[in-house]
Amino acid sequence: MTPSDSLTLESIRIARGSTPLLALDSVVAPGEIVTVMGPSGVGKSTLLAYIAGFLPAAFSASGSVRLGDRELNALPAETRHVGLLFQDPLLFPHLSVAGNLGFGMRAGGSRRQRRRRIDAALDEVGLGGHAERDPATLSGGQKARVALLRVLLSRPRAMLLDEPFSKLDTALRDDLRRLVFARVRERNLPTLMVTHDAADAEAAGGRVIELALPPAG
Amino acid sequence: MRPALHVALVRTAPWLAIALLGLPVAAGLAGVIAPAFGWLPALGGHAPTLEHWRSLGEQPGLLAMIALSYTSGLASAALALAIVALFLGVFLHSRWFGLVQRLLSPLLAVPHAAAAIGLAFLLSPSGLASRLVSPWPSGWQYPPDYLFPGDPYGLALVLGLTLKEVPFLLLMSLAALPQCQASERLRVARALGYRPLAGFLKAVMPGLYPLLRLPIYAVIAFASSVVDVALILGPNTPPPLAVAVMRWLSDPDLTTRFMASAAALLQFAVTLAALASWWLLERLVATTLRDWPSDGRRRFAERLGTALGGGLIALTLLLILASLGGLVLWSLAAYWPFPQAWPHPLTAGNWLRGASGFIDPLVQAALIAGAATLIALVLVVGALEAETFRRRPPGTGVQWLLYLPLLVPPVAFLFGLVSLQTQAGLTPGPMAVIGGHAIFVLPYVFLSLAESYRRLDPRWTQLARSLGASPAGVFWRVRLPLLTTPLLTAAAVGVAVSIGQYLPTLLLGAGRVSTITTEAVALASGGDRRLTAVYALLQLLLPALGFALALGLPRLLFRRRAGLLSRS
Amino acid sequence: MRLRALCDGWLGRLCIATLLAISGPAMAYQLDDWQSVLAEARGQHVYFNAWGGDPAINGYIDWVAERMAAEHGVTLTHVKLGDTAEAVSRVLAEKAAGNTDDGAIDLIWINGENFAAMKENALLYGPWAERLPRFALTRPEANPEVREDFTLPTEGLEAPWGKAQLTFYYDSARVDEPPRSIPALLDWARTHPGRFTYPLVPDFLGSSFLKQALLGLVDDREPLYHPVDDADFAAISAPLWQYLDALHPYLWREGEHFPTSGAALRQLMGDGELSLAFTFTPSEPAVAVANYQLPPTTRSYVLDGGTLGNVHFVAIPFNASHKAGALVLANFLLSPEAQARKRDPDGWGDASVLAMEALSEHQRAAFEDAGDNPASLPAGALGNTLAEPHPSWMERLERAWQARYGAQ
Repeated sequence: MTPSDSLTLESIRIARGSTPLLALDSVVAPGEIVTVMGPSGVGKSTLLAYIAGFLPAAFSASGSVRLGDRELNALPAETRHVGLLFQDPLLFPHLSVAGNLGFGMRAGGSRRQRRRRIDAALDEVGLGGHAERDPATLSGGQKARVALLRVLLSRPRAMLLDEPFSKLDTALRDDLRRLVFARVRERNLPTLMVTHDAADAEAAGGRVIELALPPAG
Repeated sequence: MRPALHVALVRTAPWLAIALLGLPVAAGLAGVIAPAFGWLPALGGHAPTLEHWRSLGEQPGLLAMIALSYTSGLASAALALAIVALFLGVFLHSRWFGLVQRLLSPLLAVPHAAAAIGLAFLLSPSGLASRLVSPWPSGWQYPPDYLFPGDPYGLALVLGLTLKEVPFLLLMSLAALPQCQASERLRVARALGYRPLAGFLKAVMPGLYPLLRLPIYAVIAFASSVVDVALILGPNTPPPLAVAVMRWLSDPDLTTRFMASAAALLQFAVTLAALASWWLLERLVATTLRDWPSDGRRRFAERLGTALGGGLIALTLLLILASLGGLVLWSLAAYWPFPQAWPHPLTAGNWLRGASGFIDPLVQAALIAGAATLIALVLVVGALEAETFRRRPPGTGVQWLLYLPLLVPPVAFLFGLVSLQTQAGLTPGPMAVIGGHAIFVLPYVFLSLAESYRRLDPRWTQLARSLGASPAGVFWRVRLPLLTTPLLTAAAVGVAVSIGQYLPTLLLGAGRVSTITTEAVALASGGDRRLTAVYALLQLLLPALGFALALGLPRLLFRRRAGLLSRS
Repeated sequence: MRLRALCDGWLGRLCIATLLAISGPAMAYQLDDWQSVLAEARGQHVYFNAWGGDPAINGYIDWVAERMAAEHGVTLTHVKLGDTAEAVSRVLAEKAAGNTDDGAIDLIWINGENFAAMKENALLYGPWAERLPRFALTRPEANPEVREDFTLPTEGLEAPWGKAQLTFYYDSARVDEPPRSIPALLDWARTHPGRFTYPLVPDFLGSSFLKQALLGLVDDREPLYHPVDDADFAAISAPLWQYLDALHPYLWREGEHFPTSGAALRQLMGDGELSLAFTFTPSEPAVAVANYQLPPTTRSYVLDGGTLGNVHFVAIPFNASHKAGALVLANFLLSPEAQARKRDPDGWGDASVLAMEALSEHQRAAFEDAGDNPASLPAGALGNTLAEPHPSWMERLERAWQARYGAQ
């Protein structure tokens, strides 16, 4: 497995109980950002949950999810190497900013080495000196950036974005979009983004998959 | 820890919990059912018979006893729920909320019996309230002769139970409020023009109530089978059924035990009937009020509700604090005749008289409570963690088993337990007592923790797993720290429950384990109110310490983590 | 099955040897050879289950523990009970579970009702009491009450420990002349409504009041000393019910509610709700005044015709683990030293079961009265005792009371 693997979604079928929700066949190339759009209830977030390995009990799904030639379906979530970014930053309230980033980093390296990488990562996004801060004291934009860093430090092989910008105000939203997309491309990660916002899709500049509600009945 | 080991350990936890409860409960129940139908060879009962049920049916006043247990259980639960709901409705968004919360939570630590003794002294004809108005303006030189507490309708009993249940339900609500996003819901409702009480009842209560259901059931079960409070505040001609069961069980004529066992089963049925009635009431209210939240009316008796919510909670606080104050006065009183409202002279003599040996029992009680709570906590957390492995929501069958120790009257249940202990060859002593306490502590720990654990936002887990944490890592590094406050609260409740146990300590320890509670109960039977007050206050010490730690420790540990504290 | 096979094989002998080692020493003394009992007792840990509601009694037992350790090398633990029935429960549960020689209770302080029940259900060890070296000091031929518990012959299954007599007490600041007979009590209650009551039957003291009243109301007491089945219960008890029907409206809370125990009764006296009460422990009023529980103006007396008196006992459960230690303890409790100390009005104040004429001059000196506490009984007031009726009367009276007044 190399960093330039693509994310393959082959004959994905998701149903709630006996009601089919969505069907999808697609390959996301390395560095490509594919946007999934569609009305509420069509199963967009469920799709991401399925790929990441958290399909809720009420749903059933079939089809194959591959990263490169690695079959993900049977793997537990923590070994799939699929990064997730939610609309809430979800920084662990019991850990400091550095603690949150450390949680994301792979194990290994001395304490000092790890700390240096955390500080460097924070510097890069303009948060130098915030390592010891309590996440609750950060602004919305700062939290979002820490959340992004945390995922990236975990060295994912693919990214799933679940309406990641919808809670930010317009000015911040543009900034953060640029930041996220730049990082994703820089690392050549195949990325799937779920959103309601056409501007997100436009900014991503990639393919857009429109999901439709299944016909009633 | 290796992932497989973590999973294996966690998966055994529910089974261990079931074994810890199931086996003794089964033995306890068998120890009641068999004699109820005539089987107890040690007393010459060798043939099944319904004779004992017949003699139970002939007991004078049986119907009144059943009615007392049933109504006091339901009435006190309803009253406590109403007070808590009104209070939350009126004060959730006010600055008084924090104050009352801080005042009321530690009061949960007051043992039931101590609160009852305090209340009895406050309101009885020779009590503090009556002394305050005597001899002027009442004109009473000697105590008047009115029947309270102990009134035939059980009003004093209902009052005493309500006073103890309000802090419990409030504490449970405080844990549940963030889970159902109460504050956000209320904010939305008020932004839409709803007055606070209407907004709370229509927008928050429908989300809050399901989280309170199990604690309320526990309250009903407890109140309908309570013995110690009923002995102090309840009527006695006839008494509530649970008191009668205990009296029959301790009748010197050992053959009464057959009928007493039948009566214990009847008590079990009465408790179940009270629970079933509440369940029906829930359905009824849900059906009748289905359209009420959306009828668009934005006020609901706001002025009356505000007055009641404020008044009742203030009255609750006042009564509990005055009861405690009365205990403190008695512990310092020399001869204190009616109508003196203040004991004079004050003396330390009672404390010195009691002091001869309370250090050991205090330490014993603390060790036992700590160990029993730890066992219960490990099993409960394990059982709840095991739920997260399953993709189906937890079944309700096993949960009911967890609550069985709350439903069976302990007096009856313990006889079977002692038989089991003897048959299993378990030496009476601290270990057996710890095990016995764990049985009674576990349901309360489960009750306190389950909702917080289950409703922890699943995205925390998903996020941590996608960042590469193993299930064990998620458990130790994310879930437990996030749940620090609920875990400590559950532990404090567990300690309080353990400290309150008298019969399990005495019977399973064969009297060789003496805790502050066994000393307190033995001394209370001597009727010296001054010594009783001293020991009741000592008994209060450990749970109060527990609750102080539960509230204070997270603030200390996470003083720089505002996000964690505001969540809980 | 595998274990069984092992035991049948070469391990068999070892198994048997182990069993012998466990059960062996329990029989290593002879009751007739007191030295062997003393030797067996040394080093034992005796669990004495006794009501723990009175700090004065608890203090006395603490003293006994010290002396037992010093004199006999026996460790004594006082298991403080709220109610003797708790200990009876334990013995019964042990019997039900087949525990016949490893019981948790070694000695138990017991009253007549519990004794009757335990005796009937073979829950007691013995006979042993009359083989205690010091039993002779009670001069049983002259004092038959040390061999009878509520008219039931003790048959050596329990040893006497102390004496009790129903004693009335009142607040002299509020009562000039207390009633001195059962009929006078009714007249007194009429003029002092709400100031007297008795504990809820079947509390021991409450039931004792019923017996005292019955003894004071019947013309012929003889049938009360035989099993109730032989008598016409309805006819004999009729005057009692008539009396209570008349008395109840003038009781505290108009007889709708009763204190649950003698202790609660005393508490009501302390609160000033009552001005007349009674107890089974003659020293109790004086001790309670000293503890601030009763008004300093409290005075004690016994009824003119005499009051119920009885002896309280200690017994050994059939399955006690440390019988030798329990025997040595029971014997020590009968020593002049222990009995004199028990009688000390500044401590427990419980009357001695020893016959003074059996003691030496020196021993007797320890019993000389020192106290002149005004709340105590005047000298010589005790002694006019009425014997307890047959225990079957107590049960019948309790049941009849419950039916008439227990559910109003």
